[in-house]
Amino acid sequence: MQNPDCDQLTIGGCEVNSRLFLGTGKYSADRIIPSVVAAAGAQVVTVALRRVDFDSPQDNILTSIPKDCILMPNTSGARNAAEAARIARLARAAGCGDWIKIEVIADNRYLLPDNLETLKATEILAAEGFIVLPYMSPDLSIARRLAAAGAAAVMPLGAPIGSNRGLKTKELIKILIEEIDRPIIVDAGIGRPSEAAEAMELGAAAVLVNTAVASATDPVGMAEAFGLAVKAGRKAFLAGAGAVRNQACASSPLTGFLQE
Amino acid sequence: MSIYEKVTHYRDFDFPAFFSATGVGEVQSVLNKPRLTELDYLTLLSPAAAECLEAMAQQAHRLTIQHFGNTMLLFTPMYLANYCTNQCVYCGFNMKNELVRKKLSAAEIAAEGAAIARSGLRHLLILTGDSRHETPVSYIAAAAGILRKDFTCIGLEVYALTTAEYVELVAAGIDEMTMFQETYNEVAYAELHPAGPKRDYHFRLNAPERACQGGMRGVNVGALLGLDDWRRDAFFSGLHADYLQKKYPDVEISVSTPRMQPHAGGFPPKTIVGDKELVQYLLALRIYLPRSGITLSTREPALLRDALAKLGVTKMSAGVCTAVGGRLHAEETIETKDVGQFEISDERSVAEVADMLRRQGIQPVYKNWQVLAKKAQ
Repeated sequence: MQNPDCDQLTIGGCEVNSRLFLGTGKYSADRIIPSVVAAAGAQVVTVALRRVDFDSPQDNILTSIPKDCILMPNTSGARNAAEAARIARLARAAGCGDWIKIEVIADNRYLLPDNLETLKATEILAAEGFIVLPYMSPDLSIARRLAAAGAAAVMPLGAPIGSNRGLKTKELIKILIEEIDRPIIVDAGIGRPSEAAEAMELGAAAVLVNTAVASATDPVGMAEAFGLAVKAGRKAFLAGAGAVRNQACASSPLTGFLQE
Repeated sequence: MSIYEKVTHYRDFDFPAFFSATGVGEVQSVLNKPRLTELDYLTLLSPAAAECLEAMAQQAHRLTIQHFGNTMLLFTPMYLANYCTNQCVYCGFNMKNELVRKKLSAAEIAAEGAAIARSGLRHLLILTGDSRHETPVSYIAAAAGILRKDFTCIGLEVYALTTAEYVELVAAGIDEMTMFQETYNEVAYAELHPAGPKRDYHFRLNAPERACQGGMRGVNVGALLGLDDWRRDAFFSGLHADYLQKKYPDVEISVSTPRMQPHAGGFPPKTIVGDKELVQYLLALRIYLPRSGITLSTREPALLRDALAKLGVTKMSAGVCTAVGGRLHAEETIETKDVGQFEISDERSVAEVADMLRRQGIQPVYKNWQVLAKKAQ
């Protein structure tokens, strides 16, 4: 069991003090993002580079990201590794730092990531010194290759982006948590705080949530709920939840007398 | 199967019989399905579905927020030229119409682009009439090169091109292509397009697919509602989008829903598509294609656009002028309004449209793409 007092998440050499990562798309107004981030207690915030208007430095989405956050630009819109790499370099050149969430999607019907192109982009960008967090369909072989290529964390999807359907890929994510020597961050699909807590109970290092908060009636209230759920799930994981059994296990065993 | 084969698959389909056999029960049953078939979509376009608009609206609104959030992408068109070699009977640019024909010079393109960019918009749609002689692909490519510095996404709405020409324009910096089939009814199409290169139904029908093959990031299709039976054209527009999205999953396919204004002068529409019908079409489209963009033009009046902003639409034009160089010669244009391709009904500026959206809790998005060409880095 891990020591709860030393429960520090470290990614790419950075100590991260919140295990809830937030996305910034789909909000009715960017100006509510600081309140959402504060309510969630989030530190890592992802922004689609394609949304950032660098020609309007006073009025683009980056001005809504609190200064003490770790900015994680993402490559939303990239259809292949080359486009993802170009977006990452543009982000770095624009002063967005070294973190990059790789998102390569060549399928507009399901918005599922292209794992092979994601791997290529990870290889390219990790070699260039980026802190690479690839978003991927949970697949053990690819996750191993991503880790070997230098990914700082691996971000499997729980369900298709924006679907709010929860941990549909739970069994595969469990395998990644067991086998991959990198933080596993569940990204996409989490629709409710209870599902975020479930991911954390499984041993995920963190979760990334966007649509579930942005599309809530009260995004700030929902952000707070997710923050609490992630903390609860992590505590439960650290506390060592009892094993799940197929049969009842009586607290007063019928065969207890045999020990006497 | 090609898109033409898909259209002809329904050539002998008895639409009236299907509609008379469709009741509210069938519509409700479709609304409970997780995934719709082509005929489910047709069910939502049926007269019976008009009785279920509120239920459809609730579902469409929920799907739009889920997939696109509380946002609306804004763009504006720029007419580069109005020379035309066609005789489309419903269009203001018809070659037989006596109007001042012009095309913008490089300096005018730069000036008009700069004027638009001051509004904050980064998505632009460039248009020409159908004249390969006056506005060849080289002219369009040069225009894109000029506009690239002010806009991160340039869409194209011109005459149908070959795949090689689309490749050339993608290399010149054009990201998206829009092509309206006008009507999918081949017989009506021939009557409406008596002369000119646009008369070739097949070349136009296959243009969006060639644009996908040519490397466009986004392709937008649609029919001009009112030219023929609107339910059929709405049906085939949806099928066309679905066909392209299945075959080209990496291209963002979207649909526009322009309609002829029932009371505008000139060519009378064959069928009147009322507000209720337009709403039904938008809702059916959103439910059938939950992730596809839906574009609403300024042909629609301001009050209706305000209401439609929450019913599945994801992209709106704003600050629109359909006259060539209209923003450079504003005073002139006011006096000669009829030089536009069609009469716009929503004349609000970008800022005014953005304010309207914000009041509805919708974030106007001015930029949603980033230039990736190496020269831009």
